[in-house]
Amino acid sequence: MNQTKNLIDENGRRTDGRNPDELRQIKITVGVVKNADGSAFIEFGRNKIIAAVYGPREVHPKHMALPDRCILRCRYHMSPFSTDTRKNPAPSRREVEISKVMRESLEPALILEDYPRAAIDLFVEVLQADGGSRCAGITAASIALADAGINMRDIVSACAAGKIDNKIVLDINDTEDKEGGADMPVAYMPHLEQVTLLQLDGILTTEQFNECLDKAICGCNMVYEIQRQALMQKYFGNETELKEEQ
Amino acid sequence: MSSSKRSTIIVEHLRKQQMWDAISKGKRLDGRNLNETRSIEIEQDIIKKANGSAKVKLGNSEVVAGVKVETGEPFEGLENKGALILSAEVLPTASPYSEPGPPDEETIELARVVDRGIRESYMIDLDKLVLVPGKIVYTIFVDCSVINTDGNLFDATSYAVVSALVSSKLPVFEIQDGKVVDTGNKQDPPITTIPISITAVRIGDVVILDPTAEEEACMDARITITTNSNGHYTALQKGSTGAFTVEQIKKAADIARIKGEEIRNKLKELPKTG
Repeated sequence: MNQTKNLIDENGRRTDGRNPDELRQIKITVGVVKNADGSAFIEFGRNKIIAAVYGPREVHPKHMALPDRCILRCRYHMSPFSTDTRKNPAPSRREVEISKVMRESLEPALILEDYPRAAIDLFVEVLQADGGSRCAGITAASIALADAGINMRDIVSACAAGKIDNKIVLDINDTEDKEGGADMPVAYMPHLEQVTLLQLDGILTTEQFNECLDKAICGCNMVYEIQRQALMQKYFGNETELKEEQ
Repeated sequence: MSSSKRSTIIVEHLRKQQMWDAISKGKRLDGRNLNETRSIEIEQDIIKKANGSAKVKLGNSEVVAGVKVETGEPFEGLENKGALILSAEVLPTASPYSEPGPPDEETIELARVVDRGIRESYMIDLDKLVLVPGKIVYTIFVDCSVINTDGNLFDATSYAVVSALVSSKLPVFEIQDGKVVDTGNKQDPPITTIPISITAVRIGDVVILDPTAEEEACMDARITITTNSNGHYTALQKGSTGAFTVEQIKKAADIARIKGEEIRNKLKELPKTG
């Protein structure tokens, strides 16, 4: 319950040298899986995650098809070598839950009515995990969906905020997640201003709760800029006036 | 949308229209106000073979939770803490749409969200449940069986787990000659706080508390918010395929804190049998 280690030093720096309001380095590459209809590779701190989209395509088994809209199926999976101790490759309860919340965080952004009787399959594979993998996965997945040319209302950007040493900070990493006080992953549609994923573990007062939510949304807006640049890079190349932010 | 969505009830179009009309006027089909929860009936210590148990009826949703205590190895990375393992099953009795078999996605989410509410609030001080540090600890199993469903299984299950844990008496284990021995004595569990979860759903632009199955079938988005005895937030889970605005979330969080306190007081008044 009580943290013993200092996660913020006397200069206000975190264990990985970041300021409280700083994201980890994020790099998104679009179109990395050649066979997929859309794909993205994200490096979010030390997270390395591939998201690939197949579809809209015919539904198998057919009875799952819906007459008025497309179904979205999502699989979040961690590779056995992605964690400190080997992860059993069979899907864990955690992965089943994350697959579900991930799907539910992306569905509001998709215009599924445009593809009746079809399915969109989304595969998110965590090759290396470093805390915040669901947020990084959602961020990559929404770019992969855009890359697949699926009609969307907005991009979904995701970022966590949390509490370490009783302070609210942006983008919790692995160490901070394990030793800190709270972790709140949030996914957000920046233009529609809607929250599509919200979870929390840890203890927050009302003030901290509000601060944490506001900060996470700030982070989502920062992530959105990086997503936009990645898409611009793929589709407009170097002509874009936008320079990759460090 | 998953195949498991099929397991929820089908609401006729007219009924849906009726519900929307009522909700837009601030009323619900069962006569409740938007922020009114259904009646809660709790019976504790109903299973004598368990170390603790409770049956909760939240409206027509009915859940039995049982606590069983054993000893075992601690979890990796948590060597100096007792183990808490929570499971949930929606029994085939629960509705015409439930079938026996391994838990589906919704049931896994149910167990994990309830678990998060209990674990993250530190309801049970697991530091006090260690026999041999790093080797042998108390393992507390809390298993939940949903007997009948009528919406909001998250809260019904959570209240059942909390009530079962509060009513439980743990066996006192000792190490004698390197072996674990049950002394036959009983002890109270090390409870530090009472976490209460409150679930709200959005239908159109209106947010209502404690949805029935029918209301869940019409919902756009769901949020479950758990608070502890100090009124601090300890767990959250947004669910379903819609979204919330930040304002809706902050308002729901405020209501969850106030309502949570009401329900916590109700739980505290229970006669502790057994």
